[in-house]
Amino acid sequence: MHANNPNLKHQFSTLEQQHHSYVAGMWVFLATEILLFGGIMVSYTVYRFQYYEAFTAGSHDISLPLGTVMTAILLTSSLFMALSVRASQLNQPKLCALLLAITIILGLIFLGMKAFEYYDEFHKHHFPGRHFAFHGVHLTHVALFFSFYFVMTGLHAIHMMIGIFLLALMAVLSLRGHFNSERYEPVEMAGLYWHFVDIVWIFLFPLLYLVGTAQ
Amino acid sequence: MNDHTSAGRVDYLNNGYGLKSWLTTTDHKRIAVLYLISITLFFVLGGVFATLIRIHLISPRGVLFGPSIYNRMFSMHGIIMVWFFLIPSIPTVFGNFLLPLMIGARDLAFPRLNLASWYIYVVGGLITIVMAILGGVDTGWTFYTPFSSMFSNSYVLLTAAGVFIVGFSSIFTGINFIVTTHTMRAPGMTWFRLPLFVWSNYATALILVLATPVLAVVLLLIAAERGLGIGIFDPSLGGDPLLFQHLFWFYSHPAVYIMILPGMGVVSEVITAFSHRSVFGYSFVAFASMAIALIGFFVWGHHMFVAGMSMYAGLVFSLLSYLVAVPSAVKVFNWTATLYKGRINFEAPFIYSIGFIGLFTMGGMTGLFLAALPVDVHVTDTYFIVAHFHYIMVGGMVMAYMAALHFWWPKMTGRMYNRPLAVIAALTIFLGFNLTFFPQFILGYLGMPRRYATYSPEFQMLNVLSSAGASILAVGYVMPLLYLFWSLAKGKSAGQNPWDARGLEWEFADSPPIPDNFARTPVISWHAYPYDRPALTIGQEDLFDSTLKPESPDARH
Repeated sequence: MHANNPNLKHQFSTLEQQHHSYVAGMWVFLATEILLFGGIMVSYTVYRFQYYEAFTAGSHDISLPLGTVMTAILLTSSLFMALSVRASQLNQPKLCALLLAITIILGLIFLGMKAFEYYDEFHKHHFPGRHFAFHGVHLTHVALFFSFYFVMTGLHAIHMMIGIFLLALMAVLSLRGHFNSERYEPVEMAGLYWHFVDIVWIFLFPLLYLVGTAQ
Repeated sequence: MNDHTSAGRVDYLNNGYGLKSWLTTTDHKRIAVLYLISITLFFVLGGVFATLIRIHLISPRGVLFGPSIYNRMFSMHGIIMVWFFLIPSIPTVFGNFLLPLMIGARDLAFPRLNLASWYIYVVGGLITIVMAILGGVDTGWTFYTPFSSMFSNSYVLLTAAGVFIVGFSSIFTGINFIVTTHTMRAPGMTWFRLPLFVWSNYATALILVLATPVLAVVLLLIAAERGLGIGIFDPSLGGDPLLFQHLFWFYSHPAVYIMILPGMGVVSEVITAFSHRSVFGYSFVAFASMAIALIGFFVWGHHMFVAGMSMYAGLVFSLLSYLVAVPSAVKVFNWTATLYKGRINFEAPFIYSIGFIGLFTMGGMTGLFLAALPVDVHVTDTYFIVAHFHYIMVGGMVMAYMAALHFWWPKMTGRMYNRPLAVIAALTIFLGFNLTFFPQFILGYLGMPRRYATYSPEFQMLNVLSSAGASILAVGYVMPLLYLFWSLAKGKSAGQNPWDARGLEWEFADSPPIPDNFARTPVISWHAYPYDRPALTIGQEDLFDSTLKPESPDARH
């Protein structure tokens, strides 16, 4: 009864069942990830209302143009990610690997800009802790803003690094011929992960960069 | 594939013998056995700490340690029991073993992820053992800030790392169970034909997946504060220690239901099997699991009534906490109604399950005391709380775990243990448990605070009673360890269905099951718990295939 299809794992009966299981598994994992970021985002939101002035001061200190460019780069990377999934579905492993490489490069540019921003904030003593200093209005909760800034963007950056590693792995596997129109789930799952990381940034960008800009 | 009647048949246990064949297995049944062994080790370790605590508290001034060592003792007891025994126990051992068998699948949807979850559990466990050897942790299992983030001089980071890592193992198990229940059911196995154990594990898996990441992030924040100086919980940097409690209990209250829901699933199975009746109000019991999983996410504030939350928030959390008791009560009434006019066999699994119902009811009712704001203010941080959650965790959860162990042991090993001895052990545990923890209700109500190494002399009598009970409890736990091991070597062959129970694992799978679980995929055309017909045996499936066609063979998607 169990077909001898090399693309079909032993525990499944049909390719359709296998596909449903993989994709469902990834979505459930992403639900986990939403709650991982959700806890901090909710806490941030509460404090943002409670200490609005301090959070506005902190937010004005990080560069809005830089954040905007980073957002655009990340969204573009998502487009190439979606195209690479399509390419692997259409039995075009080389194209798939190429598109994945472009996605990875865009991700690395994003991380580079993030690193530049971190360097700048460290330089200005905005990293919370004993050496924290904020020149400008004296508000006690600016440090809290920067605590959230570093935790949220740091956690996001770690996810980006994991994503880049996964995409590189997929590119190599694609070139080695591991994927075809019957078995492309790993690329699709890595893609779902990448899109998720982008969407987290879509939330982080307004939360962190756009506080108090519309007066 | 394998002829189940021949003497030299291949089952999952004799399908390869070397250590490597176990450590690289992807068979859900073997992974369940790996988990059974590792979880038993941690139960013993946590039990050693509990024993030391009870010995220490025989005298008002304490007989074994100074206060700082005592703090480490109860912290490590809590951390090991919560994260390395209670949370993984039933899902990873019996859920792993039974979920595919109960729904008619060859394995879980992601067998390699399943093995990975065990390795992650082991890594987290080893880190915790290293932490204990180095000197332990003294924050309590709750890691409250600012003590944990700013003041504690013990191995907080290492402990947090161990718990953080073991959380991934929980999440992987959760993902596996959810997807498996959705996509791997055999033809005809519709949602409302699933055994209730599957429903309760499904509800548990939802909580595992949605609550554990919040624990992960709160541990990361503690690490960021201790390691990097990022001060989200540090008032001098504008932070608030109370935020920690909100995030922590957002995980840890649902985690209580992670611990108890699988136990409820076990009791539903055992009560039906030993009263030989279909469960009373199947869909109520099934939906009660889902309701508990849902409402459980909105009651965390009742851990913080005295921590400085607004009175109105307190009222809402109090009301919601009453609400979550309703589905639990529905289950208790349904189990009791199932017994009515049943043909009852007083075997060990049944005694454990009856014990569960009684002790869980006690634990639940005292939980309602605690949900009531004024009473909670009076007994917060006293032994009343300690007694309450031990009635749920030990009286409920460990009882259910023992019930499951005794119920499915013949299926897992193919051997039957000494039944009269098992009954004696079950009664010993019940007696020892009540003697240990009932005095603690009184102690707490009289005002003895928890987590202190010493106490006022007037509390000594009840403390000695409690310690005496703990020694009886310890004897009760050692007995199964002995006769279950003995049964592996000398036990009689159990046969396919020693309890005359219904369900795919009893009627369609051998004891122990073959590596693929079923010689052929079962086709189901009946509701769960069909005690109105005789039990089927392997080879009889054709009988039902030809007489009763399934209503919707493709109903699994």
